[in-house]
Amino acid sequence: MEKSEKPPLERREEAGMTVVVKTVTRLTVGLIFLYGWYIVVHGHLTPGGGFVGGIILALSFVHLTLAFGRDAAEATLPARVTGLVEGLGALLFVGIALLGFLGGVFFRNFLPKGEPFALFSAGIVPPANIAICLKVGAGLFSVFLALVFFRFDWERRK
Amino acid sequence: MWHVIPLFIALPLAGAFLLPVLGRGRRWVSDGVSLAVTVSLCLGSFWSLTKLQESAVWVYTVGGWKPPFGISLVLDGLSAFMLVTVNLVAATVVLYALRYLDAFTGRWQFHCLFLLMVAGMNGVVLTGDLFNLFVTLEIAAVASYGLVAFGTERHELEAAFKYAVMGSIGSLFILLGLVLLYSYTSTLNMADMAAYLQARESGSLKGIVLGFFILGFGLKAALVPFHAWLPDAHPSAPAPISAMLSGVLIKSLGVYALCRVIFCVLGFTPAISEILIGLGILSMLIGVVLAVGQWDFKRLLAYHSISQVGYIILGVGLGTPLGLAAGLFHLFNHSIFKSLLFLDSGVVEQATGTRDLRRLGGLNHRLPVTGGTTLAASMAIAGIPPFNGFWSKLLVILAAIQAEHYWAAFWAVVVSVLTLASFTKVLKYAFLGDLPERLRNVHEAPVSMRTALVVLALICVVGGVLWLPELRSWFLDPAVGVLGAGPAGMAESLVRYWP
Amino acid sequence: MTQYFLCFVLFCVGLYGMLAKRNLVKIILGLVVAEAAVNLLFVLVAYRTGAFAPIVEAGGGPTRMVDPLPHALVLTAIVIGLATTALMIAIAMRIYAHYGTYDIEEVRELKG
Repeated sequence: MEKSEKPPLERREEAGMTVVVKTVTRLTVGLIFLYGWYIVVHGHLTPGGGFVGGIILALSFVHLTLAFGRDAAEATLPARVTGLVEGLGALLFVGIALLGFLGGVFFRNFLPKGEPFALFSAGIVPPANIAICLKVGAGLFSVFLALVFFRFDWERRK
Repeated sequence: MWHVIPLFIALPLAGAFLLPVLGRGRRWVSDGVSLAVTVSLCLGSFWSLTKLQESAVWVYTVGGWKPPFGISLVLDGLSAFMLVTVNLVAATVVLYALRYLDAFTGRWQFHCLFLLMVAGMNGVVLTGDLFNLFVTLEIAAVASYGLVAFGTERHELEAAFKYAVMGSIGSLFILLGLVLLYSYTSTLNMADMAAYLQARESGSLKGIVLGFFILGFGLKAALVPFHAWLPDAHPSAPAPISAMLSGVLIKSLGVYALCRVIFCVLGFTPAISEILIGLGILSMLIGVVLAVGQWDFKRLLAYHSISQVGYIILGVGLGTPLGLAAGLFHLFNHSIFKSLLFLDSGVVEQATGTRDLRRLGGLNHRLPVTGGTTLAASMAIAGIPPFNGFWSKLLVILAAIQAEHYWAAFWAVVVSVLTLASFTKVLKYAFLGDLPERLRNVHEAPVSMRTALVVLALICVVGGVLWLPELRSWFLDPAVGVLGAGPAGMAESLVRYWP
Repeated sequence: MTQYFLCFVLFCVGLYGMLAKRNLVKIILGLVVAEAAVNLLFVLVAYRTGAFAPIVEAGGGPTRMVDPLPHALVLTAIVIGLATTALMIAIAMRIYAHYGTYDIEEVRELKG
């Protein structure tokens, strides 16, 4: 994506959707983000886990992009950072799997298991959930940015 | 050694995930990681062959969960055979691609997708769990869809879309067969499923599942009549990817997975033998008949891939020990000489700018190494002694005669003659003769590309020695033993955990 | 028994979309529908009569549960479907950029 110039102040308020949508988005996007983290962190206790939580996190950023336009989304989460988070999430997951060798076997659950139904329990499952959530969330947001802001040749020439 | 087994999958995955983080800047980072991973995997696969002498089957329980509750990775004769094939070709292709990719942008994306494809193929070959087979098959397949579209020119995108649609249809049928098998046996572990199916009479279920699997895996292996995607996808891809696709992807995702499921889980019956022999003969004939009239170098090679996979399926479908050995030997040989042919075509395309045989000529004067290696590979694929292709084709024909399928042997000989004619045409039009004016300034490939070509050509020349009894007991016989032992042999590996 | 038959019908609808339609986007939608049908079949296979969702709760709960393994497998299959669909949409958009049309009859330059 090429960097576009910053439009003047009057035009910047016209980017994105109407003021009703923008106001509601300001209220809800934080809640959606928090809900996504809730699903990820409680992945070993309730249905959900890394993948679904990551999708919801990505959707909160998509919500922000749709309501405010591309420049505001770029200011909140630049594309470079998204790519970096995606790679780090994947590396973290492979790292957890390789650390299983400390417990003897590849991908072994080597952390202490704790008590059932507690938040800090189940060994490597919560860190693995968080790693997957980073990878899937950042990945889905990158896919959204790439597909929506793809410039066809005739649009680029304009 | 035991702990090296999951590294065959984890190492290329780690390399692939490292590249988006580190490889965006300098090009030597992505090149170095890719080359280091594939060369170490190649050496590891040779080492795994030696480890088979200690124990015929190595079962690795991922996460320490006992089978059939956990995923198990199985290294037996057939897996080690395929590992050597896949990783050897991958290492030489990466060496070739280091300089080939100078014409492309986005090097780290290429290496990232390539390492994902290698990780997927290693996963397909090593896994002992049916759904894990499906997942790793999909990893390799989706990575290959992206790699076929890598140049993002018109033809590459069209070919990639058709390949993606047909590949997805194949995957859907594989998943359908898997669902039916799971609903009947309630287990996903291949050894457990084999034991369960042996103990019970399942009637029409096996027939339906077999139909779905032949459709699905046959589409991945480009068996006729599911071959329509291959002549478009393989020529349009960049040359190293064509070499990987034709050389190892259709074999590990298609032929190996089909053999593993049929021989080791469902059980080999005379009816299945007839079906496989029929499909093999059909693929051989239609592939070579459509190839003879081609003037596009890479499209001709793609049609010959269909034909040679027919040889492999014919050999394996015969079911006799000689037939199985011949089929697997031809699988290895075809990986070597077909990758070499595609890499050569890449050199020709980059040097001259065209793939049309009618517009080439006399390239032996300016591209001696490429010409020599193409000559070696052409003689191997046409079946001329003492190249490796001659031995494996002769063995397939002998196995067909021994099993009293005389028509199969006859068609195999006919196809071999037509293959020889086709490659004589290639050599005559592209390499022999006079050099036209506009081709006077073409350059030979750089050193790294030439090294890759020469390594593969050497294996073509001396590959026949793999049939000698000492080498055969290391390489081919364990693989044939796994296929011959059938579901009973597969179920035996569970006994260690649940005696 | 009717639910398995309806799943099969849905799969055939998706297959029809992939094989008979001319628009690239409709082909991709056919693929999405067919994948949904196979995932649905997988989840239906897991059902046990009169059983509950396979979630273990603190302090007891229902003991008769449906088979949880296909649920995990279907999650994986959904992710794979998502990745394939995203890739195919990107390829379709670039085909539109080159050929100017989504009609697969026009996108037919590779022959022979």
